[in-house]
Amino acid sequence: MVVHSIEVTVNGEPRQIAIPPSMTLLRLLRESLALTGTKNGCAAGECGACTVLLNGEPVNSCMVLAVECDGAQIVTVEGLAQDSRLDPVQQAIIDAGGVQCGFCTPGILISSRALLDRNPEPSEEDIREALVGNLCRCTGYLRIIEAVRLAAQTY
Amino acid sequence: MAIDTHPSLPEFEYIRPATLSEASEFLANHATEARPFLGGTDVFVRMRDGALAPRFLVDVKHLDGTGDLHFDPRSGLIIGAAVNMNRVIASPDVQAHYPLLAQACRTVASYQLRTRATIVGNLCNASPAGDTIGACLAFDAHLHIHGVSGPREEPLSSFFLGPGRTVLKPGDIVTAIQFPLPPAGCTGVYLKLGRNRLSDLSIVGVTALGGPDAACPSGYRFRLALASVAPVPFVPAAAEAYLAGNALSTETIHQAACLAAEACTPIDDVRGGARYRKQMVRNLSERALLTIWKTLAAQPAA
Repeated sequence: MVVHSIEVTVNGEPRQIAIPPSMTLLRLLRESLALTGTKNGCAAGECGACTVLLNGEPVNSCMVLAVECDGAQIVTVEGLAQDSRLDPVQQAIIDAGGVQCGFCTPGILISSRALLDRNPEPSEEDIREALVGNLCRCTGYLRIIEAVRLAAQTY
Repeated sequence: MAIDTHPSLPEFEYIRPATLSEASEFLANHATEARPFLGGTDVFVRMRDGALAPRFLVDVKHLDGTGDLHFDPRSGLIIGAAVNMNRVIASPDVQAHYPLLAQACRTVASYQLRTRATIVGNLCNASPAGDTIGACLAFDAHLHIHGVSGPREEPLSSFFLGPGRTVLKPGDIVTAIQFPLPPAGCTGVYLKLGRNRLSDLSIVGVTALGGPDAACPSGYRFRLALASVAPVPFVPAAAEAYLAGNALSTETIHQAACLAAEACTPIDDVRGGARYRKQMVRNLSERALLTIWKTLAAQPAA
């Protein structure tokens, strides 16, 4: 089997990695780079637990081949905090009590960060639409939505 | 039996051709074992399920013209195969001239899936439930295809053969979809019935587009396209002809909606029963047509 060598920047750090073609971006992050903040939920692009930023846009990393990421910039939940300061969406989800079991939280944070990057003043409808692909089995949606609203105010 | 809840993708080789000719040649030479892909949102799921096991996945996202999104006020809109749905939704030209297309894209899955999902991929997947297919049919789009004998164009109206089946031959790559200028003064709506309001696959999808047309006895021309109620999304021609030939009224619209429902051949499946789907086609078609009629009536005469 052919092994591909790719260069990818993950959370600001350039990496050169040899990968098989069938490796997804999700497995690259979790298994090759030990960045286990990104979760493996449905493996079908529905639950959003594996959401990361690919060149600034959110994607389901279970639905992207690692080999497609040659030359790309990736940001995972581990890359949100800067200089030991939490990202506003991280602080807000703590303050709003938006974390229950926590499994969906990394994906929610990435989707929320991406929403605020493209729309700094989202309405509640905008927030709901942006998070439609992030399922929370604890069903703690109201506080999650509240957290994004809170983060927008401190953006 | 152990259930693998996190199935890996089966092994395959990743091919990234440098040119369209190279891509067509490779796909034709490996007709049974190679598959082109764009965002992979359908292909990867089916590979994990074991429904597909291509030896070669051929990435066609970077090839000539596939990244273009361009509107020309004389010839209309062209959307490259690799243009993702979020880019279509955000395009000022799409919003200004083809808002129905943006509306249909917004009902597809989630924002992060639409970063990968494409309209051309939605068409080539040829699902009976394809959300964007109705808008493409309503606007009379046609496809730019690159095959082993070079580029050609084909109408979308004769593209689908059945669930998952199209007229594409080995070596064919759809490089773009082209929309003619929208009919003057037209307005459209996509009504999607799902188990929840956003993101789910459709139980029934009704696309309607209408505008003034002096050539029709009724003074209006409507386009209708129905999803999830036949082997492929289709245009109920009898309903369209009825709307063109009879003065618009709530009764005309009701009759047209009944004709649309009669044209359906839905199945019973996990998302809905056949009888329910037919009734919903009638109800949603009626609602869509009334919405458009009301919008058109409120517009100043051209």
